[in-house]
Amino acid sequence: MNNQFDINNIPAEKFEFAQTGANLHDEKFKTKPIGYFKDAWIRFKKNKASLVATVIIVLVALYAIIVPFVSNYELSDRDGIYTKSRPYIPALSFLPVFDGGYDQKLNDKFLICYAGIGMSAENPTGNETVTWEEAMESEYNPIISIGDEFLAQGRTYRNVRTHSYYVKGFQYMSKTMAEYEDILAWQEETGIQVLYPMVDTSDAETFNPNNAADANFWYKHTANGTPLDENGNPMDLEDVMEHGLVDSYLRDEDGNVQYYIAKDKNMVSVRVLYYNYYIYLNGAEPTHYLGTDGQGYDIFVRLAYGLRTSLVLSVAVSIINLIVGAIYGAIEGYYGGWIDLFGERISDILSGIPFIVVATLVNLHLVQTGIMPTFAGILLAFCLTGWISIAYRVRTQFYRFKNQEYILAARTLGAKDGRLMFKHIFPNALGTIITSVILIIPSTILSETTLSYLGIVSFQGAESTSLGTMLANGKEYLSTDPHIIMMPAIAISLLMISFNLFGNGLRDAFNPSLRGADE
Amino acid sequence: MRTFKYVLKRIGLMLMVFAVIMTICFVLIKLLPVAEPEGVLGVQAEIERARREALGYNKPILVQYGIYLKNILTEWDWGTSWEIEYMKGVGEVIGSKLAPTVLLNIYSIIFSVPVGIGLGIIAAIKKNKWQDNLISFAVMLFISVPSYVYAFILQYFIGFKTGWLPVIISSLYEAGGTWFSWTMIKSMILPVLALSFSTIATLARFTRAELTEALTSDYMLLARTKGLTRRQATIRHALKNAMVPILPTIVSLFVGIMSGAMIIEQIFAVNGIGQLYLTSIFLRDYDVFMATGMFYTVIGLTGTIIVDLSYGLLDPRIRIGEK
Repeated sequence: MNNQFDINNIPAEKFEFAQTGANLHDEKFKTKPIGYFKDAWIRFKKNKASLVATVIIVLVALYAIIVPFVSNYELSDRDGIYTKSRPYIPALSFLPVFDGGYDQKLNDKFLICYAGIGMSAENPTGNETVTWEEAMESEYNPIISIGDEFLAQGRTYRNVRTHSYYVKGFQYMSKTMAEYEDILAWQEETGIQVLYPMVDTSDAETFNPNNAADANFWYKHTANGTPLDENGNPMDLEDVMEHGLVDSYLRDEDGNVQYYIAKDKNMVSVRVLYYNYYIYLNGAEPTHYLGTDGQGYDIFVRLAYGLRTSLVLSVAVSIINLIVGAIYGAIEGYYGGWIDLFGERISDILSGIPFIVVATLVNLHLVQTGIMPTFAGILLAFCLTGWISIAYRVRTQFYRFKNQEYILAARTLGAKDGRLMFKHIFPNALGTIITSVILIIPSTILSETTLSYLGIVSFQGAESTSLGTMLANGKEYLSTDPHIIMMPAIAISLLMISFNLFGNGLRDAFNPSLRGADE
Repeated sequence: MRTFKYVLKRIGLMLMVFAVIMTICFVLIKLLPVAEPEGVLGVQAEIERARREALGYNKPILVQYGIYLKNILTEWDWGTSWEIEYMKGVGEVIGSKLAPTVLLNIYSIIFSVPVGIGLGIIAAIKKNKWQDNLISFAVMLFISVPSYVYAFILQYFIGFKTGWLPVIISSLYEAGGTWFSWTMIKSMILPVLALSFSTIATLARFTRAELTEALTSDYMLLARTKGLTRRQATIRHALKNAMVPILPTIVSLFVGIMSGAMIIEQIFAVNGIGQLYLTSIFLRDYDVFMATGMFYTVIGLTGTIIVDLSYGLLDPRIRIGEK
């Protein structure tokens, strides 16, 4: 029995540390840990529509960021002649959408006038006869295609597709003598013909005086626009196709054409081929990828600036609202009681004022009096009431979590209120909050476009623009030049759809129990 | 009794909120710079001065507010329009613009409620089949795309290109002085459509969600085991239960259209409240601005309270705003 231990007196040397020198720890996970966000990301990835939407948002954002740097045009670039031009992308000009053309219903007289642009452009010396075929093959011929004749209201018309740039043809301009010399020198240097012969508009028999201001009427024609041949007989379309037009250029005694008319001591009047004059002025051919608007601004670059306005504004609004709403909602929800009651009444009142009234008042008080720029004003308007929905969500989440055991445990360990709120409760509520913050972005974009469309806030002018302002400017051309309004409309729709899909995807990812709840 | 008290409490709270908002707006509007009255001469000037005096325009703002409130409470006098319709009462001006706005909204609701609920029901019954996918896709599209974009598309294709329908709304004069002539109704089709699309989409989405939930609940299983056909069970049980939350939604949609219609009114040149609001800002007709602003506030607040209360009445377990 002596090998039986005396349980109360075990000798110390019998003890031995079991893991001397070894570290005590759990075994490492063989797999990678999946945290809250990783988990959400895995679920988000499975939602194809949201992924596509994300890609579209990124592309639109890239467009807004990059285009102003690479575009040939600046925000303030404006051309008074090339207004309402159609989208023209030379590389894609085989597509009817991007060939820069538009359909016009023309009678024969106008068709001849347009063909005349090509004829005159091919004949800068005024001494050659240009046939119809040569005119049609001319680089400056504005006619893309000619449709068949049809009858409407007892007259014959054709549908003619014309090019937005070439159709402007020739323009009369006033220049100083120095500018005239400069153009001549440039013409010499580059070989691009800008100056064309002036037109003799004096003979009322062979020239309709009403057309004297239109530099595209360079040929002999009657008061009703019918072209005349050498002998003063009217010609119809077939005659013109066969014989060409008879010029009415201004000539001196020796029969040489005149390239300018002196108006006074310094100024001369010249007739320029506007396409080439544009190259002289800007150093490049006009290529407005998405066309120009009614004032002659480039839509491609304006759209990028408009998107910048919308995106910067909406992201700023959602960040500010997140911060304000989170703090406000956290305090309300955490402390409860009269603080909550008081806070809720304040948000009741603020949310009761229609947003449009808030925006109007801010605009009248701060923007129109010059205290704030437009952008800051609209940002303020959005932030005055926008945080309420976030605060409401945060408050609900706080009510949900604040009485749970882990909070009690943390408090017992001595955590202060601030730590409990933002270290322990807030991260648990983050998923819902992120989703609603993301959804602020499309609603801000929508409200901003509405406000600037209605003219309550104004981004008009050369220095700033917004999508809503572009819509408002395009509205008056909806019937004739729909591309002006459709470009920003498409951009907005694309953004709204993508952000909504993206937001839905986020909600499903963070909160799988709600999946498809309101789809 | 408890319900009655709850309703009273909510209404009282709403009135208080409204009073505060009205005070804030009045003060902020009165603080705006006012253009000096133009030199009207003779008797008219006397009348004008008397009217301004009566409204207390030269007194301190709080005194003016007292006069303003007194006028509203005793005579329903909301001030005077100086720019839009010279020297006319604001109440009268608003009254004359109310008809087109309200009519458009009512037509839009009449059109979109059956269509929206119908589409929602189809989607829920045919869940995950092609009908549902198609409807859900369309719903997503129409909820996201802003209503003014459809308005432009409708105007361009149906108004300008084909010429089937008038591009803008007819004036009352063209329509023969009545809101219900064929000319008028025809010209209202496009704005009503533009207003309806997003309402239809919202309703369809909501109906689908509610009905799907109802269709998968236990009482449906019981109904089927009792021997009801699927059709009977759906109509008598699921649909009835799903309608409970849908009805308040319709009210809130109506309110939503009412206050969101401003841009549609602008696009289709409807001479309604939205236009009045905008004109009052541009012409600085502050009394009209104040009154239309309050009009929108009342609509918003009433909408919220009706929705909250009807939830409570239809389902006594829900009492929004109660502990």
